Amino acid sequence: MRTLKFLLQKEFKQIFRNKALLPMILVAPIMQLLIMPLAADYEVKNINISIVDHDHTTYSQQLISKITASGYFQLVDYGNSYQSAFNQIEKDKSDLILEIPQGFEKNLVRESNEKLFIAVNAINGVKAGLGGNYLSQIIASYNNDIRLKWVQPQKYNAVPTIEVTSSYWFNPFLNYRFFIVPGILVALVTMIGSYMCALNIVKEKEVGTIEQINVTPIKKYHFILGKLIPFWVIGMVMFSLGLLVVARLIYGIVPFGSLWVLYAFLGIFLIAILGLGLLISTFAETQQQAMSVAFFFIMIFMLMSGLFTSLDGMPKWAYIIAKCNPVTYFIEVVRMIILKGSGFADIKNHFLIMIGFAGLLNGLAIWNYKKTT
Amino acid sequence: MKQFLSFVRKELYHVFRDSKTLLMLFGLPIVLIVLFGFAVTNEIKNAKIIVCDYAKDPASQEIINKLTVNTTFNLEKTLLNHSQIEEAFKKEDIKLAIVFPANFNKDLLHLNKAQVQIIADASDPNTASTLTNYAMAVIMDYQMDLMQNSNLPYRITPEIRMLYNPELKGATNFVPGIMALVLLLVCVLMTAVSIVKEKEMGTMEILLVSPFNPLLVIISKALPFLLLSFVNLVVILTLSVTLLDMPINGSLLLLVAESTLLIICALSLGLLISNNTHSQQTAMLLAMMGMMLPTILFTGFMFPLENMPVALQILANIFPSKWYYIIVKSIMIKGLGFSAIWKETLILLGTTILLLVLSLKTFKKRLE
Repeated sequence: MRTLKFLLQKEFKQIFRNKALLPMILVAPIMQLLIMPLAADYEVKNINISIVDHDHTTYSQQLISKITASGYFQLVDYGNSYQSAFNQIEKDKSDLILEIPQGFEKNLVRESNEKLFIAVNAINGVKAGLGGNYLSQIIASYNNDIRLKWVQPQKYNAVPTIEVTSSYWFNPFLNYRFFIVPGILVALVTMIGSYMCALNIVKEKEVGTIEQINVTPIKKYHFILGKLIPFWVIGMVMFSLGLLVVARLIYGIVPFGSLWVLYAFLGIFLIAILGLGLLISTFAETQQQAMSVAFFFIMIFMLMSGLFTSLDGMPKWAYIIAKCNPVTYFIEVVRMIILKGSGFADIKNHFLIMIGFAGLLNGLAIWNYKKTT
Repeated sequence: MKQFLSFVRKELYHVFRDSKTLLMLFGLPIVLIVLFGFAVTNEIKNAKIIVCDYAKDPASQEIINKLTVNTTFNLEKTLLNHSQIEEAFKKEDIKLAIVFPANFNKDLLHLNKAQVQIIADASDPNTASTLTNYAMAVIMDYQMDLMQNSNLPYRITPEIRMLYNPELKGATNFVPGIMALVLLLVCVLMTAVSIVKEKEMGTMEILLVSPFNPLLVIISKALPFLLLSFVNLVVILTLSVTLLDMPINGSLLLLVAESTLLIICALSLGLLISNNTHSQQTAMLLAMMGMMLPTILFTGFMFPLENMPVALQILANIFPSKWYYIIVKSIMIKGLGFSAIWKETLILLGTTILLLVLSLKTFKKRLE
């Protein structure tokens, strides 16, 4: 116990004396938490539209003002030629072209049927799909207006209509920040935890001081605990700072569920992720290697965790990989507790799986550590 | 010249002997292409839904069938009571619940009006609104089937064409971003770390007192990473053409030339970082924070730039990756020539020269 105390003292001193490292551990994550959610906004708004109007009639004007009044679209270009509108797309000035054919009004009234042409810049598929969708909806609603004008409204619905009411639970205003901030918090804890832990141990190897520790009566578990505990504490402090200060004050996120359950899970998750750092450090000889290997795995963990994209859309093999990723479970749990207010009973399985990860990663690390020294 | 070549050889040995670092250098681009090409998609498939059907009549059954027949929805179970919905949301990853009231079909046939309720788990707001839209479209589709007999007058039919990417693949957007990410990562991070490492180990002192020109020491450090970046570039392009069916519509030569410009820019930045740091850990963190995150955030390949607050949009302009991303998209996908991208190229060139001058200015022959 006394040995451990001295080791911890040494580690904390080393961390706090490093003038470059400490600000990066504490300030950089806060900065990221402030900037990332502002930047990471998938919501599609401000779609730039070019309109090519060959018709120039009241109807085409009405349609155009309906589109610009919807709030989704910004009219950047209005003209007669498709080619010049297409040039706007090439220059990224515009995302979408609406072409109104000549005789639009005439054909609609006389032949009761008319076409409109829409061309969407689909390099960003999601944005293109949504933009096309919005525009079709506006056109359909305009179509209804016209129909009402020409067809006498009847007392009863002439055709069967289904009224769909939709409600959004847990986040009624569809605020994207509520979704992304807890996720980013998890990503930051993961990165700091695994990198710092791996680099710290490998540095002792590279500088050679690990030899000195190996020849003292310090036990292996003392050494490992001495390395894990400081970063566990730092992880806890960072998460609390992010959740209770930044998320609450700036984004107004107040956890619905129990903080105790959340912190219990965080504690186990940190053990697992520090175990990963430890495991990497037993494989690596130099800091450069440790960084490369850690970066490689963390990158995959982040992309496959459902942080930004939904897991359901993945093909089967990718889904299985995602399910073998500890970060996936913590991101799920954080969102469940903070946004939905899930209790311990709801996430029992997650707890068991995370304890499994913690045991597995640390066990592997300790087993491998013995062999190398 | 002979001296220089032997220095380059020394650096290459360093790189190739370290198999774990090579894993990242060559493994990362491949993994990124595969993951972004196949696994990480914004598409929503197999979303789990639950249905609470009080009606249990032909109309509600028909709609449920229509919903589950495509790959978007996966019917997880049918509930008997709507009070179980909240429980299901909290416990499982159910994305959507659909409630049919009793007498659904009867209302629809006799009153010509019936109601359906859709409840979405909006803790993931984008998925929630997309799924709600899908479900509404399916129900509207059913309604259209019903009124097929009564032909609607004054119909406007929009015809939508998707330019450049008719299948709406995610890869078209991601591949140029991955190119920027990998090139920057390899060059900035690796150059900075490999120079600082010599400082940390003390071998830099030996190199600097040798009769060899100190500037050439630095250049010989950067050269292997220049070569490796080219290999990576070829790997990424080959994989995206063969595996992801991405086109290279413009001139390949122009693409390579622009990439070289970015690589030189990144190498200068790596040099600048190494001049101002003394430990590998600091260099790594600086390179990560200064390069990695801005590249992911501000190139526009993960998050649309136009949604950001104006201050961030202006900030994005100082990162070379943003300009490179525009250039690659224009050449590869839109198939445009140099006349369309000379402005971006000029900005990239200016940044490169600035970084190069700064890093040469701060380069010190003596270590404190």
